[in-house]
Amino acid sequence: MKRFAKLIQQLELSNKTNDKIAALVDYFNFADDKDKIWVIALFTGKKPRRPIKSALLKYWAIEITQTPEWLFSESYSNVGDLSETIALLLPPAEKTSDIQLHKWIENLHDLEGKDDETKKDFILNAWNTLETQERFIFNKLISGNFRIGVSNKMLVNALAKQSSLDSAQIMHSIMGKWNPYEITFTELINGAHVNTDNSWPYPFCLAYALEQEPEKLGDIAEWQAEWKWDGIRGQIVKRNGELFIWSRGEELVTEQFPELHFLINILPDGAVLDGEILAVQDKQVLSFSTLQQRLNRKTISKKQLEDAPIGFFVYDILEFEANDFREHPLSERRKILEQLIGSLDESAVILSPVIKCKTWEELAELRQTSRSINSEGIMLKKLSSHYHSGRKRGDWWKWKINPYTVDAVMIYAQKGSGRRANFFTDYTFAVRDGENLVTIAKAYSGLTDKEIKEVNSFVTKNAIEKFGPVRTVKPELVFEIAFEGIAESKRHKAGLALRFPRILRWRKDKKAAEINTLDDLRQLLASTFIND
Amino acid sequence: MIYCLVLMALIEFTKRGIYCKQGDFYVDPWWPVDYAVTTHGHSDHVRFGNKHYLCHTLTKPIIKRRISEDLNVETLNYGESIVRNGVNISFYPAGHIIGSAQVRLEYKGEICVISGDYKTEDDGISDIFEPIKCHSFVSESTFGLPVYKWQKQDLVFDKIKSWVSDNIPQQKTSVLIAYSLGKAQRLIKNLAGSVPIYVHNSIANLNEVIINAGVNLPETIRITPETTKDELQRGIVIVPPAMRDSRWIKNLSHPVTGICSGWMQVRAHRRWQSADAGFALSDHADWTGLMDAITATGAEKVYVTHGFTAAFSRFLNDEGIESEEVMTKFGQEDDEENKVDLADGENQKKETENISAE
Repeated sequence: MKRFAKLIQQLELSNKTNDKIAALVDYFNFADDKDKIWVIALFTGKKPRRPIKSALLKYWAIEITQTPEWLFSESYSNVGDLSETIALLLPPAEKTSDIQLHKWIENLHDLEGKDDETKKDFILNAWNTLETQERFIFNKLISGNFRIGVSNKMLVNALAKQSSLDSAQIMHSIMGKWNPYEITFTELINGAHVNTDNSWPYPFCLAYALEQEPEKLGDIAEWQAEWKWDGIRGQIVKRNGELFIWSRGEELVTEQFPELHFLINILPDGAVLDGEILAVQDKQVLSFSTLQQRLNRKTISKKQLEDAPIGFFVYDILEFEANDFREHPLSERRKILEQLIGSLDESAVILSPVIKCKTWEELAELRQTSRSINSEGIMLKKLSSHYHSGRKRGDWWKWKINPYTVDAVMIYAQKGSGRRANFFTDYTFAVRDGENLVTIAKAYSGLTDKEIKEVNSFVTKNAIEKFGPVRTVKPELVFEIAFEGIAESKRHKAGLALRFPRILRWRKDKKAAEINTLDDLRQLLASTFIND
Repeated sequence: MIYCLVLMALIEFTKRGIYCKQGDFYVDPWWPVDYAVTTHGHSDHVRFGNKHYLCHTLTKPIIKRRISEDLNVETLNYGESIVRNGVNISFYPAGHIIGSAQVRLEYKGEICVISGDYKTEDDGISDIFEPIKCHSFVSESTFGLPVYKWQKQDLVFDKIKSWVSDNIPQQKTSVLIAYSLGKAQRLIKNLAGSVPIYVHNSIANLNEVIINAGVNLPETIRITPETTKDELQRGIVIVPPAMRDSRWIKNLSHPVTGICSGWMQVRAHRRWQSADAGFALSDHADWTGLMDAITATGAEKVYVTHGFTAAFSRFLNDEGIESEEVMTKFGQEDDEENKVDLADGENQKKETENISAE
């Protein structure tokens, strides 16, 4: 447990990927094999069985420390984490122990079915033998997730470095089905439980942003134009009767998207598709925020499947009949793809349409309508192009539309959660409406840590009123807010709502008197109606 | 929240700060007044522009150095008193930093103690906090939540020492961020020994003043342009918070930074600071310290200032100690613990400009 506690501390302290990987490699070099299994399990979201509810942990901690419940809540809101709050509140341990991580997990497992008194004795005794940091981890084993900024990819890179095995193989192994109570470390990283020959993906071909007039690209007839979709770029691999879905982050996400699993019966063996995972309904692309409900989830509920159905818009085919097709020109690959996918009538797998235009002007005009179909612009691909590994200038271009922007002033601030629990990070913005300010958007992303600290300091000094966690602040700080769309809304006082608002930059050069007005936004709203 | 309240007799909380009407003086006022009783030398407690200052003997050279040589300053030692307009004013150790004092006021049998900032643990360099019996007590509450309970400082210093001795063979330079008045001297006193300690100019200047005033402080080396990176790599470097993220630190040989602050007790705070290590070491009382100190005063009424005022005073009331939260400006600008937390805007601005100029 001490070794694992030290690993967690190291992972938390560094923001540098290399440091984190070094800490992981160091851990995997020296830790007990059974512990390693659990570290991989915990970091990839495989939770051990949890015999005790976290409410009970809280209750017992309150009882033995004789802390009033409201004071526990105050402490919790300052610390931002239940396991840590309990660990810090408890008196110092009177004993020490050297029980290993996997042993703790097994002991917890054995508590299943026991009565509450037995469980309580076990927990209180554990608390009394663990240091604060170990206690925190122990509580996490029972009640939480280890969100410490270790991506699957990072974990895999560390394992690859430590074992000298291929990283795609390890990714496949650890994302596969395995039972941490049964498998050995060697079996796990060697993929004894999976066939790693089947899963490997190709490097994605990426495009540069088009910064010149498209006319400079030459004859439009030499180019294939497609909509640029804003989702999760992915590859679907079907080999030897197995199906795998890879995201661009080189993570296996097969389990997250059951809507695509039927492809196992449709695709021939030895086929690899490139495309975009999107929220899709009736073959229409939904907004990115809908898709977001489906991302980074370990389990998916029925409701999520209904609320945010996903689909795969197919761009390209990289492997067909077990042959690598990447060196064939795009025009050829597209033909194969059309034969393979074009005939399907599936709402979840759709051939991403090619936009036919005779002139660049015509295409430029169409591009202006991108937003109406939740596209963020146009992709231009040379018909003769190969499928390159990574980014190569010249063959593929993305021609994105610019977001809308508005200058607004911050009027409310609210503390964030988790890592940001002690800083005002969620802001509400307003524009001018005559003499008044009217709120138009809430946004929390887009500032650097440094800027957030500066804003935080401003909020602390300039808070006018306090409503629970919300502070009303002097309307002074001006921000440029970017957004993807605007719509009428009865729910908002302004009568309109911005889609996907985020902070583009802090306009320190502007005063509150110089911000946009509600009329500016009304005009924008009217003009988008005309576009529709 | 009560902003301006007239109490029984001895003190009231006004816009300028804590005011004693009978004696016609303020304690740690934040706007210029005629007579300012000063608890200690941190800049959120002592400001420029007062006509007269009364402070502890050791605080005098510090505020003269930090504010101006021209200040008109009277001093008291711990246990000594003077009478002003019939109010007896005396000083007792607060244990916060060198020269920090609790101010005891007595008038017609009524006793009020204003703690300023304080801690109850012996830090090895400040005079040890001494609880004073009183009717009313003004307490800070910077760390007034029960999750803030400090480890003994020896344990924390052992951690810092082992961090440094891990760093040196790995060719890393150990940089500790500490407020130049108080935390820096505490680190110097407790870390001196095995490796040389190098200090930033602003710390070296204050050390000079403190040593001249008769305090026994271990030897340190002032960092000059001639100091080599190799020398620094084999020692401990102590710099004030304003130097954090500075290019000077980035240019050291494999610099790793450690922040020494009570806030480092909590993961969320540690992760916010892009420091390589956080050590929970504070010059403020922890939860236990606050409760012990308040109980020992026997005060009938406790005024809770800067920190977790609402929660802390609610807890006191629940415990049967009459308490009220009071809004002050302490801890808002220059308090060392807050400084680490809400890094200073000016410096950041400069840094951002530097970066964008590159």
